[in-house]
Amino acid sequence: MIDKNNKIAQNNDENIAMSDEQQTIQNITDQDYKYGFVTDIEMEEFPKGLDENIVIMISAKKNEPEFMTEWRLKAYRHWRKQKEPKWPKLEYSEVEYEDLYYYAAPKKDGPKSLDEVDPELLKTFDKLGVPLEERELLAGVAVDAVIDSVSVATTFKGKLGELGIIFCPISEAIREHPDLVKKYLGTVVPYTDNFYATLNSAVFSDGSFVYIPPGVRCPMELSSYFRINASKTGQFERTLIVADKGSYVSYLEGCTAPMRDENQLHAAVVELIALDDAEIKYSTVQNWYAGNKEGVGGIFNFVTKRGLCSGKNSKISWTQVETGSAITWKYPSCILKGDNSVGEFYSVALTNNYQQADTGTKMIHQGKNTRSLIISKGISAGKSNNAYRGLVKVNSKSENARNYSQCDSLLIGDQCGAHTYPYLEIENPTAQVEHEATTSKVSEDQIFYLNQRGISTEDAVGMIVSGYAREVFQQLPMEFAVEAQALMSVSLEGSVG
Amino acid sequence: MLSIKNLQVSVEEKPILKGLNLEVKPGEIHAIMGPNGSGKSTLAHVLSGREGYSVDAGSAQYKGLDLLDMAPEIRAREGMFLAFQYPIEIPGVNNTSFLKKALNEIRKHRGEEELDAIDFLSLIKKQMKLVEMKEELLKRPVNQGFSGGEKKRNEILQMAVLNPTLAILDETDSGLDIDALRIVAGGVNKLRSADNSFVVITHYQRLLDYIVPDFVHVLSNGQIIKSGTKELALELEERGYDWLLEEAESKA
Ligand SMILES: Nc1ncnc2c1ncn2[C@@H]1O[C@H](COP(=O)(O)OP(=O)(O)OP(=O)(O)O)[C@@H](O)[C@H]1O
Ligand SMILES: [Mg+2]
Repeated sequence: MIDKNNKIAQNNDENIAMSDEQQTIQNITDQDYKYGFVTDIEMEEFPKGLDENIVIMISAKKNEPEFMTEWRLKAYRHWRKQKEPKWPKLEYSEVEYEDLYYYAAPKKDGPKSLDEVDPELLKTFDKLGVPLEERELLAGVAVDAVIDSVSVATTFKGKLGELGIIFCPISEAIREHPDLVKKYLGTVVPYTDNFYATLNSAVFSDGSFVYIPPGVRCPMELSSYFRINASKTGQFERTLIVADKGSYVSYLEGCTAPMRDENQLHAAVVELIALDDAEIKYSTVQNWYAGNKEGVGGIFNFVTKRGLCSGKNSKISWTQVETGSAITWKYPSCILKGDNSVGEFYSVALTNNYQQADTGTKMIHQGKNTRSLIISKGISAGKSNNAYRGLVKVNSKSENARNYSQCDSLLIGDQCGAHTYPYLEIENPTAQVEHEATTSKVSEDQIFYLNQRGISTEDAVGMIVSGYAREVFQQLPMEFAVEAQALMSVSLEGSVG
Repeated sequence: MLSIKNLQVSVEEKPILKGLNLEVKPGEIHAIMGPNGSGKSTLAHVLSGREGYSVDAGSAQYKGLDLLDMAPEIRAREGMFLAFQYPIEIPGVNNTSFLKKALNEIRKHRGEEELDAIDFLSLIKKQMKLVEMKEELLKRPVNQGFSGGEKKRNEILQMAVLNPTLAILDETDSGLDIDALRIVAGGVNKLRSADNSFVVITHYQRLLDYIVPDFVHVLSNGQIIKSGTKELALELEERGYDWLLEEAESKA
């Protein structure tokens, strides 16, 4: 687990006196209760299924301004006309959309105590060293309020506020900063974008909002982890990050402990916007519950993540470590609109047992001298399937665009699959595009060599895999990288020998 | 220390070791020589638990334990070390953290406290001097892009850090220049004590000038056909293996 206190201490170069800090925690804790994103866990039930009334109720429940309600309704109406996409490399039973709850699901569906939770999941918590008090929460046991997480999360806010940085639940931003939200929401992922994004636009529950004012370098890693624990943003999460001119922010999403949720379908949307000379680094360590060894009960994760380098010299980099979910479908992408803008995508996607992942990226070059880099490392074990799907598109007006892509696959055992689908659409002859791909296997020689030095097979595989994925792990903030490596070993347990 | 009785091993139905006997006592150094393909590496691999070999008969005891029944990592933690004839490259895995992990696994097994980064670093620095290895190699991925000689030194460094009770060196001298040979041998001699033993597989008498063995064995066609003292190695150097093979055949 992330040592929360430690992380804050490390990131806070200018130390705030302890008493001040505690005061801030207290204030903001009180405040959050006022806004009620913790007490929402106790919320009333909405009926199953989706219609215009539900959309209006969701919006009303959150006291949203009218523009938001309208936007949700437009999305809803559009969604009604859509068909769910079918992907050749993913197989799953159909989602019954009329059978879902679009506001918080009733508590009684979840396990009542840790005794009812998959013992394998509990073992994993042990191995990752998840603190006891967080286990119930992660396992989806209904808990009333989690004051600890909330208070830690909010130590950020006082400090950030001084710099003019806004970091809050998006529901709060919609009420408190409607102009910013109105200006940017849906500008990168419009509500018409795709089936899941459209559904998300209609019914999104909550998520994060970040705004970094011009010229400000955010002094600490912003993390959604704390907030998600506290508020259970659920299946339709929405995140919007805006880095104004010349600003910088690094944002961490997720946590390494497997999170369990009674909602099988997750359809999140993340939008990033970098103005002139701004940089956004977005790191994800995603470990949703993948289901048991037979693949039962895992989460379907259909995510739309896109960044817009709207200004000149702007930069967006995505780093993702994906180990969870029964099904993952996600392509964090960059639209390189500003001249000299840079997009990066670093990804490790690990699948085991019956997991299926279809991930990759899209780099859309629009501005001049734009550059993109793609480093994708797929790892397949068990009977899993892992597909990389990447698009590099260079528009006709994009002079001197450059892309380098490297897509590697590592196979563990011989019942798994890896597939790579690189697509190129080059409309400008000055573009330079390079693609390299490799497929390798974890060799018995390597495992034996490590065994012979006293290292167990499980640890050996973990080490080999971490070594293989090193280029990506190096992009993660230190403490996240260490956890991500531990996660590799745990996720691959039982896959060899 | 090590007691091998009538060991018979085959690979994919093909017999390789055909009734091998060997006794190694604490403090002893045994050299194993023999023609290419006679089964020397196979012996080293079977003793250290590599998969893919079928033990058809015989036994091997190590410190009174049934060696062939133990997982390879347990053998290692019990103090067995194999310096590989062809050390394996592990891309992306840092040499230092790999070795620290290995040492701590062994220490845990012995009920000792794990070494932290600082203590480990001072230990490794000390042992590096023993093998005169470039510090830069510690920062690189395990064996990746190492020259042949660097790989061999890395094996000896690992041995020096892990401080095994029984070390099997499979042609550690092959591919080493004269200086490196002396250094590697010097390392072995420094680690040598009354409590630990070495099995040194080599083709060259030269190594045995530096690491003086108590016994020399000749392995041929899966059996030890001759055992003697270091003078046997000298004789082999001069006369080759043919006379021994003939001798063995006429006995059979
Ligand atoms: N996996 C395998 N499959 C088939 N034959 C094998 C296998 N491993 C070893 N052998 C054979 O077993 C015999 C002994 O091999 P081994 O590597 O033990 O010889 P060695 O004495 O170490 O030789 P060298 O001096 O060349 O290192 C050889 O004939 C080799 O081809
Ligand atoms: Mg050999």
